[in-house]
Amino acid sequence: MKYLTEFRNGEIAQRMAREIHQIATRPWKIMEVCGGQTHSIIKNGIDQMLPAGIEMIHGPGCPVCVTPLELIDKALAIAAQPGVIFCSFGDMLRVPGTDADLFQVKGAGGDVRVVYSPLDAVELAAKNPDKQVVFFGVGFETTAPANAMSVHVAKRRGLTNFSLLVSHVLVPPAIEAILGAPGNVVQGFLLAGHVCSVMGYWEYPPLAEKYKIPMVVTGFEPLDLLDGIRRAVVQLEAGRHEVENAYGRIVTFEGNKPAQKLLAEVFEVTDRAWRGIGVIPKSGWRLSEAYREFDAEERFHISGIHTEESPLCHSGDVLRGAIKPAECPAFGKECTPRHPLGATMVSSEGACAAYFNYGRFISAEDLAKAGSGLTVND
Amino acid sequence: MPLVGYPTIVMGHGGGGKLGNELVENLFVPAFRNVALENLGDAAVLDVTAGKLAMSTDTFVVQPLFFPGGCIGELAVNGTVNDLAVSGAVPQYLSTGFILEEGFPLAQLAAIVESMAAAAAKAGVKIVTGDTKVVERGHGDGCYINTAGIGVLRPGITVGPQFAKPGDAILVSGTIGDHGMAIMSVREGLEFESQIRSDCAALNGLIAEVLAAVGTQVHTMRDPTRGGLASTLNEIAQSSGVGMAIDEASLPVRPEVQSACELLGLDPVYVANEGKVVFFVAPEAAEQVLEVLRAHPLGREAARIGQVTAEYPRMLVARTAMGANRVIPIQIGEQLPRIC
Repeated sequence: MKYLTEFRNGEIAQRMAREIHQIATRPWKIMEVCGGQTHSIIKNGIDQMLPAGIEMIHGPGCPVCVTPLELIDKALAIAAQPGVIFCSFGDMLRVPGTDADLFQVKGAGGDVRVVYSPLDAVELAAKNPDKQVVFFGVGFETTAPANAMSVHVAKRRGLTNFSLLVSHVLVPPAIEAILGAPGNVVQGFLLAGHVCSVMGYWEYPPLAEKYKIPMVVTGFEPLDLLDGIRRAVVQLEAGRHEVENAYGRIVTFEGNKPAQKLLAEVFEVTDRAWRGIGVIPKSGWRLSEAYREFDAEERFHISGIHTEESPLCHSGDVLRGAIKPAECPAFGKECTPRHPLGATMVSSEGACAAYFNYGRFISAEDLAKAGSGLTVND
Repeated sequence: MPLVGYPTIVMGHGGGGKLGNELVENLFVPAFRNVALENLGDAAVLDVTAGKLAMSTDTFVVQPLFFPGGCIGELAVNGTVNDLAVSGAVPQYLSTGFILEEGFPLAQLAAIVESMAAAAAKAGVKIVTGDTKVVERGHGDGCYINTAGIGVLRPGITVGPQFAKPGDAILVSGTIGDHGMAIMSVREGLEFESQIRSDCAALNGLIAEVLAAVGTQVHTMRDPTRGGLASTLNEIAQSSGVGMAIDEASLPVRPEVQSACELLGLDPVYVANEGKVVFFVAPEAAEQVLEVLRAHPLGREAARIGQVTAEYPRMLVARTAMGANRVIPIQIGEQLPRIC
């Protein structure tokens, strides 16, 4: 597995961690934006390798997590309708709406299908002209090009039975919302590598300059993450605030131009509500005028949805870095991955779910004790 | 095979009449041939030795029915054989029940039955009784199979999920995740340089050799099927009230399985196996068990992956390749691909 195993080398990782220990003279709080990075940090134990003062804050970059409850309820209502084939990526199926999840809708007779590409949903629409095929298009800039392509292809093929339930969100406005909020504690950012593979990183230098914050485009493997953290710490220690690219094997400054062109054609910027955060101006995409006919919200007029978030949930504080997941009074008690109360517990990439699943309610020292007798070398 | 003019299963094959009888006489009996079955009584009458019996049942609904490295038929035989074998029993007799969907091609049924017969012969068990039901088209998925099995417990061997002890070495008989990814790669149309094949196999021979070598030093065995290695280790941690510590770097995973897991966002520790067994053995016996395993065709890639601990009862802790530690929890439901 070229490009993967060499970025998971434990010895090199230890060496890089030692280097970070040598560089860091003060405590720093660094936010990784993307849920995939959060997952990798916790799964591999990268946070345990860092100096005590270097704190990773887990940002809002898990699209499943920040999808508003209201939209999930809409998805459930559409999926339950007769004559609808409702397609989604797998991990949306388990996300609970107010009363049910897509698994339950499927069990009750709804035609809910997991697809690996929105283009598979377009194909389904072509094969089932008597059905309405809806794709649940959730995600950041990373998944947007494929979703844009699906409506583009559907339009070109004249498919009137395909639509997209869109909830696209954008990284730069979310970063600005975090940095501009009163009491912000984040001092450096690891930018989401795969978002930048599409969008490039030309959007970030003005933000880095405005808020005097270093930003490092970072990948997802252990060595990628350690390199991103190291570069952020080097900048912080030197008092610099530049945008750097530590994911050069994938990301260029300009990004994927043809994808950006398609995105600009199919989508337009809109205000979006982020679960756990609230409405962020100009922080998402919806279908542009030319493609509005493919908007599932327009095609299926779903009304009468009232949602209420649990008063016990502190996911907003977790997303801003004000508290760690295990510091929430409901963590692991009322709120578990099986019965999530809010944004950060609903998907495995959410910070609370990652902490719960990988046992971060136990101290690293205690965990190490359990594993200390290992004499494995086979 | 003189199977009356029908190329596919019709409702009559499940009735008590002529068509059903022909299926039994022309397909099942010739394939499974043994005295207990040939009597065609309402129940098979079996000779058993004195002592204790073990009994187990399992139902198979895999899709696709035929996959690289096996089919639903041998899976149904091996699955029940393995459940008996990891209980310390010598598997002897199986029953089989078919639920067939109207319109299911007889040629496919014949292929499934042939593979069951071959798997039973290889595992040294007899299929002594059976049943067939047919459901209307659209009410089944071609073919479902239930098997139940009886085995005779070895005298003096007591293994069970509650007997893992702190200090026990944890050994796995080979690479993990092969079966699940063989199925997923067919379902999702993934192609790799080398095809991923299911590890579907009967483990009673391998287990017999281990027990013959070290006997009572084996405390617990389990075949990590659905939910994979992580679920098995968590279950035994719960049943025995102990902790488990494993070293991620020591887990045997084929590169193509790892690649497929990366693509689909899955973790091989949660992916199903159908021909692997995890042993919990006294530490002083670990090296000998590894030698026995590696000398057997089904255990060449056996590895020592960790140990049972007194700390953190009922939890599975892994040392990551980075040298850090994490908990590996029981999955809530089916492992689903992540979104990005």
